[in-house]
Amino acid sequence: MSEHLLSLVLLTPLAGMLLLLLIPSSKTTLIKIWANVSAFAGFAVSLLLLTRFDRTSGDFQMVERADWIPAIGLKYALGIDGISLLLVLLTTLMGFLAVLSSWNAVEDRVKSYYAMLLLQQTGMIGVFLALDFLLFYVFWEIVLVPMYFIIGVWGGHRKLYAAIKFFLYTMAGSVLMLLGILTLYFQHYQQFGFYTFEISGLMKLSLPLGLQQWVFWSLFIGFAIKVPMFPFHTWLPDAHVEAPTAGSVILAAVLLKMGTYGFIRFSLPLLPDASVDGVIVQVLAGLSIIAILYGALASLMQQDWKKLVAYSSVSHLGFCTLGIFALNPNGIAGSIIQQINHGISTGMLFLIVGVIYERRHTREIGEYGGLAHVMPNYAKVFAFAMFSSAGLPLLNGFVGEFTILQGAFEANRIWAAFAVVGIILGAAYLLWLYQRTMLGQVTNAKNLGLPDLSVREWAVFLPLIAWALWIGVYPKPYFDVLDKPVTRIVERVRPGYFEALTQSSAAVAGDVR
Amino acid sequence: MSQFYTSTDHFVLIPAIMLALFGCAVLLFDFWLFPNPKHRKGLLVFVVLGLVFTGIGLGRQYVYLQESGTREIIAFHGALTVDNFSLFFNAIFLISALVVAIVSYRYLEIEGEHHGEYYGLILLAQCGMYFLACGTDLVTLFVGLELMALSFYILVGFLRGEKRSNEAAMKYLLLGAFSSGVLAYGFSLLYGISGSTDLRSVGAVIAARNPWDPIVLLALTTTAVGLLFKVSAVPFHMWAPDVYEGAPTTVTAYLSVGSKAASFAFLLRIFLGPMATLREVWEPVLIAIAVLSLTVGNLAAISQSNIKRLLAYSSISHAGYILLGLIAGNQTGIMGVGVYILVYTFMTLGAFLVIVALRRHELMGEDIDDLSGLMHKSPGYAVLMLIFLLSLAGIPPTAGFIGKYFIFLALIETGHYVLAVVATLYVAVSLYYYFRLVRSMFVGDPTVEAPLATSYGLRLALAVTGALTVAIGVYPEPFLWLARW
Repeated sequence: MSEHLLSLVLLTPLAGMLLLLLIPSSKTTLIKIWANVSAFAGFAVSLLLLTRFDRTSGDFQMVERADWIPAIGLKYALGIDGISLLLVLLTTLMGFLAVLSSWNAVEDRVKSYYAMLLLQQTGMIGVFLALDFLLFYVFWEIVLVPMYFIIGVWGGHRKLYAAIKFFLYTMAGSVLMLLGILTLYFQHYQQFGFYTFEISGLMKLSLPLGLQQWVFWSLFIGFAIKVPMFPFHTWLPDAHVEAPTAGSVILAAVLLKMGTYGFIRFSLPLLPDASVDGVIVQVLAGLSIIAILYGALASLMQQDWKKLVAYSSVSHLGFCTLGIFALNPNGIAGSIIQQINHGISTGMLFLIVGVIYERRHTREIGEYGGLAHVMPNYAKVFAFAMFSSAGLPLLNGFVGEFTILQGAFEANRIWAAFAVVGIILGAAYLLWLYQRTMLGQVTNAKNLGLPDLSVREWAVFLPLIAWALWIGVYPKPYFDVLDKPVTRIVERVRPGYFEALTQSSAAVAGDVR
Repeated sequence: MSQFYTSTDHFVLIPAIMLALFGCAVLLFDFWLFPNPKHRKGLLVFVVLGLVFTGIGLGRQYVYLQESGTREIIAFHGALTVDNFSLFFNAIFLISALVVAIVSYRYLEIEGEHHGEYYGLILLAQCGMYFLACGTDLVTLFVGLELMALSFYILVGFLRGEKRSNEAAMKYLLLGAFSSGVLAYGFSLLYGISGSTDLRSVGAVIAARNPWDPIVLLALTTTAVGLLFKVSAVPFHMWAPDVYEGAPTTVTAYLSVGSKAASFAFLLRIFLGPMATLREVWEPVLIAIAVLSLTVGNLAAISQSNIKRLLAYSSISHAGYILLGLIAGNQTGIMGVGVYILVYTFMTLGAFLVIVALRRHELMGEDIDDLSGLMHKSPGYAVLMLIFLLSLAGIPPTAGFIGKYFIFLALIETGHYVLAVVATLYVAVSLYYYFRLVRSMFVGDPTVEAPLATSYGLRLALAVTGALTVAIGVYPEPFLWLARW
């Protein structure tokens, strides 16, 4: 089994789902228990990756490779490096917590609901493990369908609108991405005489800049819609607001990362010349900065608690894409750390909205106020999540944002200046939200008798709190894991970057002496 | 056996003989042996037997081709050709006829129009299709087309008591006859140019002439119009929605799968045969027609409330995708056409089978709302329908994705980037209307209490089409070899 560990991680949720289907629909408690067990098993299995992972290597590890459709060169190729390791762990943990948080939230069509969550889990893990571009695409598409159902069946009032909007947007992006994939695939055939989708094979291509740019834009549309970057973000608030809590958590914590991961894994290494092309970098950085500021400003305006968190996602993901297109080690490593952080803190914020929504069935911020008196523990958890999201030092958000800013500063100081404004605005909308909901007197009598966090809810929050603290206080292991793969990517897109760096630092050292 | 009817001729003709023989025999037996409606099951067994014999005939042809290592068997001095191409299409016709025959039994009972000639006509239509797939002679092809079309004119109007069915039959007859006339005119010009009805000789003569010669252009245009009408490509698609809606659902399924595949076989024989050298002339026109088909098919499908009409428009857009493969025209593109037609057969048949099951005594079961809450009532059917719809939309890992994959790849390989973008964006559009059905099935609440009208045959057919739709998507390798002619 040891050489198939990645397959095990990938298929555990799917196996859980298939067994779940055998349980009669009427036995809802059994279904819930089984779903929790399989989701937890998925997480536990993924922890085994840590024991085998070699952080001194920048290569893909634990690689599995088998022919799937030889006629078109599609391979079942899985592998993991530091980047995907972190994202897979985020996926398995958030997937388990999403299942756990749904215990009381979903009472209707329980079996299908958990089946969808587990199926989606396999799809997401597959996206992060695939070393074959078409395999990646297959998993990418598999994720869409369960999410459509999670929003469309178990969502809020405008669920159908939100679900189809999410689906169509992402689908339009991904089919255009498919054309980019096929172009690379065909180019590989022309240059080497055989068909393959494998990243390692496609990286050997030498493509003219013009073609790289076209392919870059086609992949860009697919990834940018998923992230979502600025002009493509409009599906996100709708999807988040209408999705059930677990759906929002998965959507924010993992699904959006598929887009940023796509940039890091495919756009940069496969299209190195286009990725450093002046226009493309300027446009991408510009869109990221717009997203940071626009998302933050939009958050300030929201009356709906969940929508506020949704727009804050747009802002935070702007940081992630800005870090990627700073195209230096700090920027990219910071971006990945920030992706994990965003998963943790925004995941928590959505769970927090979910907790109160289960009790009051409204998300209007105006309905609340002074909850800290009624639910003190809840208020503490919320405060923690808020600070983590706002980037308070010693918490995870700070580490990611700071590193991204370092990278952005190195690339272009103006970018960093704009991004800093985003951090200030971020603190503003979060603190204001906290003030309006938690502080002051209880103004609404309906809020008086609300119960505080239950044991199960604590169980959902505690791992996230612990993880946020760990990253915030001692992020070194994370940077260690990311160091080698990030170095490779930077060397790939900017050959000579590190030599120039050593020379200049040697020169600086010489001056000092 | 004489020089006019050699053993090779006989070997090639056996499947057609079987179909014609059993088709006519069904008509007679309906009077003599099974006049009592209770014995009608015997008729069905007889039909299946006929199809099995046809299948054996085809199987022997396949084995012969494999063992002898030849690419084709030519019979009747070039009028009929058996090759991988014809066997591929004949297998599709056989499967669709078989499926349609076994699910029709219960459906016709419910419609109250259960008559023996229905099965006879199904077999005769397939006999016509056989000649469309094998024919390499203008006259043979035309006769095959008319045999198929005439059988369908009657089948479409089979619900005598129903206005829509009568209207559909009349419309189909008039427009079909008109298009056949145009096609025959084109054929007569081809004959006039070349002095031969053999496709190979016609091709040789055309290749020697200037492609922009007016008479060649006229022959090409009229032939193409006739063919494009049969595959319901825009702007010759007008008949399709009305006919699909009015015809008995089982006939609609047969029409949209068997007749469409046969028409495409015909179209490919002509465009890859004698017309191949005229590519510079017809390619721009076909591009326009393919894009129009995608546009009209997808956009018009959005606003339909009748599932059969919706699938009619969707099948127009699928014709657009298949034409794109022909436009790309390279090896991948032609293989893509084959794969697409194969995949299209199973997913479309499957989707229509679910609609057949929706027809109950008191309910037409053709509206999207009639699907409402299907997930609660019959989860198996709902999940199968979901698979068919995902496949129709082309989402991996279903068969439909494999079909679209080759078409897109072929477009990229031949540098048709703009076409590729247009074709992919229409995938997103098509998702919208396919998911209107999904939404109704999974989100809506059940409105009708009556259980679905199922039968063993229907369940078997659904299981087979569903399994193949998934299997081709997950492991297409063996199926890809089938589509390499």
